Amino acid sequence: MNLIVKNIIRLIVIVLIQVFILNNIPPLHQFIVPYIYFVFLLWLPFKTTRTTLLFTSFFLGVFVDMFYKTPGLHAAASLLVGFLRPFVIGLLLPKEVTEWGNEEPSRNTMGPLPYSTYIILLTFVHHFYLVFLEWLQFGSFLYFLGKVILTTLVSLLLILVADLFMNRKSRSR
Amino acid sequence: MRNVFLFLKRYSVFISFLFLQGVSLSMLFSYNRFHQTVYGMFSSEISGKINQRVNSVEEFFSLSKQNEMLRNQNALLMSSIPSGSVLPDSSFKLVRDSLLTDSLKTRLQFQYFPAKVISNSVFLQQNYIMLHRGSNQGIQPNMAVVGLTGLVGTVVSVSSNMSMVMSLLHRQSKVIAVLKKGSGLGEVTWDGKDPGHLQLSKVPKTVTVKVGDTVVTSPYSDKFPPGVAIGYVDNVSQDQETNTYLLSVKTAIDFNSIQHVFVVKNLLLEEMEQLKHKSIKE
Repeated sequence: MNLIVKNIIRLIVIVLIQVFILNNIPPLHQFIVPYIYFVFLLWLPFKTTRTTLLFTSFFLGVFVDMFYKTPGLHAAASLLVGFLRPFVIGLLLPKEVTEWGNEEPSRNTMGPLPYSTYIILLTFVHHFYLVFLEWLQFGSFLYFLGKVILTTLVSLLLILVADLFMNRKSRSR
Repeated sequence: MRNVFLFLKRYSVFISFLFLQGVSLSMLFSYNRFHQTVYGMFSSEISGKINQRVNSVEEFFSLSKQNEMLRNQNALLMSSIPSGSVLPDSSFKLVRDSLLTDSLKTRLQFQYFPAKVISNSVFLQQNYIMLHRGSNQGIQPNMAVVGLTGLVGTVVSVSSNMSMVMSLLHRQSKVIAVLKKGSGLGEVTWDGKDPGHLQLSKVPKTVTVKVGDTVVTSPYSDKFPPGVAIGYVDNVSQDQETNTYLLSVKTAIDFNSIQHVFVVKNLLLEEMEQLKHKSIKE
């Protein structure tokens, strides 16, 4: 129960940060649009079942879409992240996933190298798919390429900052 | 039959992934064509309430700037009232023959509704502005939206208390515009790069265009009031392939700091539509 409440609060905080802070900062360049909302999916506990993960990611995306006025765009991208997450964890971790129980993916539980691979891979997948869907509607190839690379880099930086905050919290507990 | 169920059970996650992916993609691609979906109405009622709270905080910080802009506009409006001006010379009297111009026959064509902006974005590829006015307050889709210093966009969807405006900074926005000096009909679009600049195309090369020319809405439009500033030409280049200019236009309004706008209703629209239908039928 405690875990569910904690994750609901985390969901609300992350969406509010995404929508009211990251969406409102003045743009540095048209290629740079930071996204961190899908980090919520990456930080769900290991024991989360695939079906739960899939539906959570869909509703997270729809929630974000309501504020961005792009129905389906973020939902499609975060759904892909939710679908691929178990496969990526299975590739990176030798142990049986269920053994980890309530643990969440972090530097301490996964080790620095697998954890950063996990974050970078799924962040890239998310941005690639998101910008790809945008590119189908308009834009040139240069726009697609530049936006995927720069947006991924900026988002990774923000995720790193968010991660440092989270770890400090869990250590003090 | 048993195998079918086994198959469904085994691949249930993948099948539900494909299903949800299909739902979101169909939402995405159908929404761009038909802006008034149920989704838009439903979601703007929910997100509008939250946006409104945040906006009341944001508005506090820009109070002095907005105040100054409103005062400037007041001064402009007051100076255009006829009773405020004095005749330069009293040696002759200006007489207006009331028989020739019947003051009762002048009709109001454009009615302005004030509205407050509750959410705004400038750096996405499709920027929308949400207003705290909806169908209960007389807003309908396809009305023009004008800011204090220039054109903002068009209303695309309306719920009972909120309405969504497609801003000029939208990849699908298209406005027929004209140079203020009277010639050069063209089309204003946005290339998605810089929220401070729009593109004016289709202006023929026979017209002379200079940097600094004002671009305004055309008098032939049935939704935009004529002569509303859109922007100022700040770069002139010639399209090699066609016989037209490619003009870069600096926006007249600062899209970053819109707080108050006016929604414009064309009171003669119905009559114009009827006439159009009539002439098509005949």
